[in-house]
Amino acid sequence: MAECHPVGFQWVTEAKARGAKVVHIDPRFTRTSAIADLHVPLRIGSDIAFLGGLIRYVLDNELYFDEYVRAYTNAAAIVGEEYVDSEDLDGLFSGFDPETRTYDEASWQYEPEEPPHSSSDDPPEAAEQERSEQHPDVRHADRAQAAGSGGPPIPSKPKRDETLQHPRSVFQILKRHYARYTPEMVSEVCGIEPEVFLQVAEWVTENSGRERTTAWVYSVGWTQHSVGAQYIRTASILQTLLGNIGRPGGGIMALRGHASIQGSTDVPTLFNLLPGYLPMPHALQHQTLDDYVGDAAGKAGFWGNKRAYTVSLLKAWFGDAATAENDFCFDHLPKITGDHSSYQTIAAMIRGEVSGYFLVGENPTVGHPNSRMNRFGLANLDWLVVRDLQMIESATFWKESPEIETGELAPESIATEVFFVPAATHAEKEGTFTQTQRVLQWRHKAVEPPGDARSDLWFYYHLGRILRERLADSTDPRDRPLLDLTWDYPLEGETQDPSAAAVLREINGTGPDGRALSSYVQMRDDGSTTGGCWIYCGVYADEINQAARKKPHREQGQVPSEWGWAWPLNRRVLYNRASADPGGRPWSERKKYVWWDEEAGRWTGDDVPDFEAEKRPDYVPPDGARAQDAIAGTDPFVMQGDGKAWLFAPAGLVDGPLPTHYEPAESVVENGLYKQQANPTVEFIEGPWNRANPSRSDVFPFQVTTYRLTEHHTAGGMSRTLPYLAELQPEFFVEVSPELAELRGLANGEYATLVSARTAIEAKVLVTERVRPIRLRDGTVVHQIGMPYHWSYSGISTGDAANDLLGIVLDPNTHIQESKASTCDIRPGRRPHGPELLDLVESYRRRAGVASGRVGLNGRDPVEASAGEGSTQS
Amino acid sequence: MKTWLDAWPVFRQLTGPDPLGRGRAARSRATENVVSRTATADRVVQSVCPYCAVGCAQRIYVKDEQIVQIEGDPDSPISRGRLCPKGSASKQLVTSPTRVTTVKYRRPYGTEWEDLDLDTAMEMIADRVLEARRKGWQDEHEGTRVNRTMGVASLGGATLDNEENYLMKKLYSALGAIQIENQARI
Repeated sequence: MAECHPVGFQWVTEAKARGAKVVHIDPRFTRTSAIADLHVPLRIGSDIAFLGGLIRYVLDNELYFDEYVRAYTNAAAIVGEEYVDSEDLDGLFSGFDPETRTYDEASWQYEPEEPPHSSSDDPPEAAEQERSEQHPDVRHADRAQAAGSGGPPIPSKPKRDETLQHPRSVFQILKRHYARYTPEMVSEVCGIEPEVFLQVAEWVTENSGRERTTAWVYSVGWTQHSVGAQYIRTASILQTLLGNIGRPGGGIMALRGHASIQGSTDVPTLFNLLPGYLPMPHALQHQTLDDYVGDAAGKAGFWGNKRAYTVSLLKAWFGDAATAENDFCFDHLPKITGDHSSYQTIAAMIRGEVSGYFLVGENPTVGHPNSRMNRFGLANLDWLVVRDLQMIESATFWKESPEIETGELAPESIATEVFFVPAATHAEKEGTFTQTQRVLQWRHKAVEPPGDARSDLWFYYHLGRILRERLADSTDPRDRPLLDLTWDYPLEGETQDPSAAAVLREINGTGPDGRALSSYVQMRDDGSTTGGCWIYCGVYADEINQAARKKPHREQGQVPSEWGWAWPLNRRVLYNRASADPGGRPWSERKKYVWWDEEAGRWTGDDVPDFEAEKRPDYVPPDGARAQDAIAGTDPFVMQGDGKAWLFAPAGLVDGPLPTHYEPAESVVENGLYKQQANPTVEFIEGPWNRANPSRSDVFPFQVTTYRLTEHHTAGGMSRTLPYLAELQPEFFVEVSPELAELRGLANGEYATLVSARTAIEAKVLVTERVRPIRLRDGTVVHQIGMPYHWSYSGISTGDAANDLLGIVLDPNTHIQESKASTCDIRPGRRPHGPELLDLVESYRRRAGVASGRVGLNGRDPVEASAGEGSTQS
Repeated sequence: MKTWLDAWPVFRQLTGPDPLGRGRAARSRATENVVSRTATADRVVQSVCPYCAVGCAQRIYVKDEQIVQIEGDPDSPISRGRLCPKGSASKQLVTSPTRVTTVKYRRPYGTEWEDLDLDTAMEMIADRVLEARRKGWQDEHEGTRVNRTMGVASLGGATLDNEENYLMKKLYSALGAIQIENQARI
């Protein structure tokens, strides 16, 4: 955090000064470790074992927050008899189909309450959708996220055992699942001393409960794994058991890496989502609006209003053309049929299936793993539009990439037409970024952009305008969506920039009177309201740009509610009703945050209550209640269908209802807990340009991870071109331990070559004790290499691209790659250039039993793809 | 003579009350006349740092329609005036001499960049979008209606504004393009 989010880290140092303990759990020693009370250098890829060990410690020593767990979680729910845990199937859960490598989650369901509760989530539409969700094409479309922020539907209310003693209760299943995650096992798997683990366990548990809370902070160090979603799930289970969710000083904080990466997830430029975590319609499930909202039809919680959110979005997009008679133009939306995520699209480009590509402030030939594969993708397009500030590598691949040297690419053979269209910087346009705590902050425009540089708002607005003009007379039904689009924003200034404030107001939505809505609860499903992103509704409340509020923090209390605007409804801590006990009283005076004021008849406190303001703590939903009315006064998790935090996930995750330790897809170690070596549902993209290193291979004997440095930013387009930053970190280097340096004859300050089944790269060697070899109980030593990934051939500070070394294997829930854990070899000296580079890498592949990685011109004509024979992965 | 000696900082340092030469002794008339760029700016504009997602507030100082300095904004409850090395260097991001500010075009099989004016580029891109959309169009996929195109894809958004992401998703969806992604997938 000190390294990559340094200004955010000021709050950690301040907490430490007030007596907080800071524990840094990271294979890498950073500026955070330097300040922490304890640094835990666990082995790369072993986090679930560590966190699972903490869960076991909490359960075994009865250190969980008993009242919180009983009232606010699904601990008491009883799971059906068909469920078999990974403990009994050596690393697999019931429902696994080895053919498709997917799970049917039917056996993970709760045992239904009898007689069925009338407000349960089981309308026929939901049941139908539940069935179609098991289709592999639907599963591959990222259903975990596609279920929306309300989580997946649960077909029935569970039978409960309030004593938590029933052997099939979630609580007991959890206990059994983690029973073997003992301090000794954690020590063995993670490569840390048992005392270190116990120290963390003591601090975390002592600092949780009524009087105290513990926070966890993570970044892509958790998401970029083949089990990334499950890493975060493990932390969620731990935090829920300790009562650390929805309370001040608690929670799990995702530190995101780009100025508005949160915003681009909320208002998504993502294949599987519409704004506000509404799923992208799937062809097999969602042919009509009724199909689409079926899963929410009888659903409890705020997700029960999915129809109102969807209709308001369609009205915002298609205006008067959207009517009740034509399903509000629902059919105008294109449908997905599987995984259309970034890497699948690159593979489709190499196959020649994609004509045109827009790159908008992203530099994939440096920033994406397996950059070589990305370059092959770009070389097989008809055209490419690059919008950026500097001439980034993704715009010059056709004449300067490493493959030009090897002969795999040549300008004369690349048909891709490239348009570099210059972009405006943050200072040259106005608009909002959503930062990592969900706060939208408005930026005012300082100056006009230079020359032909324009904002992306300008680019997309005018592109849309030109396209609509071209098609104005078209009668082709295919052009109807474009022509029906609301596309009339006020234009400002000499360059005719559309008004960002007008767009933000459209995102907010308007009511029947045409005025800005102040809350999403005002949204209707009859077409009388609009709203481009329901969770952002309120950002323009009272016709005021709430994101532009900049009241100095000195003039505000501890919760700075008048600086910017946080979604939803300016709530700064989510699910904060959990900061009070079931009766609505603060758990303690010290941790008082939001509570029930009996006299006033409403919830009140330091923050905007994340609960219906006037819903009494003793409210019990009547039979037949739906949406938020079906959430009891004691259920803080208002987006969930049952209002509870899920310790066990009966639906929604494609790789198991409970997090389980698997080794990374490329690991040098055998899984010490199960026969199942790696995540059985991991997603591969096969081709000669994406060969996998076999696990536990002598040819690729070292574990490698990637990371950022304070002085650079991701793929470097915004930092390697700046003299100050280039001077601070002038060249690409890798960090190795003195032991590995000795083993391989590497010298500090000299070059080394790193080799994988993808390619070889060179870097200066930094020999440092910051990297620690891990000695396992059987005597084997795991050597780890650290590699910042900011460099490539352009800019002031240059070097090979670390991402060239990495392959692409994906977390099946999120389609995010495992770039935080892979394997390689390292040897002294510089790498060969030209065709000899290909020979070197091919010789490694041959030795490792990996299929050939040779490609034809421009990466085409792939040799038959097949798995390497040397793989010991089961 | 005395005036000449007085103008010599070493003399002042050795004879005056500032033997370490860190105060008045080291000051010259030039020093007296130095004014910070933040003081002489025509206006100060409130903004937000474009790098990571902490969202540190910035104050952008503008003189003669040029950005002359970017500082942390002490009013922010998030950053309280601090900026990291990247945020502190962000003036160089905006004023970099290597910024490309005109359209560059590389024709198929071309070996060099060519210049193109912005309006022509926009028209050419519009042509290509329509053609790519047509080429990749699917009314159905394996017997079910999908009304989409697989011919146009897009990557990027995490460094852009919410309003920009919104217009992108809206336009792409109306075109039938679904392969729309950004850094959040990475």
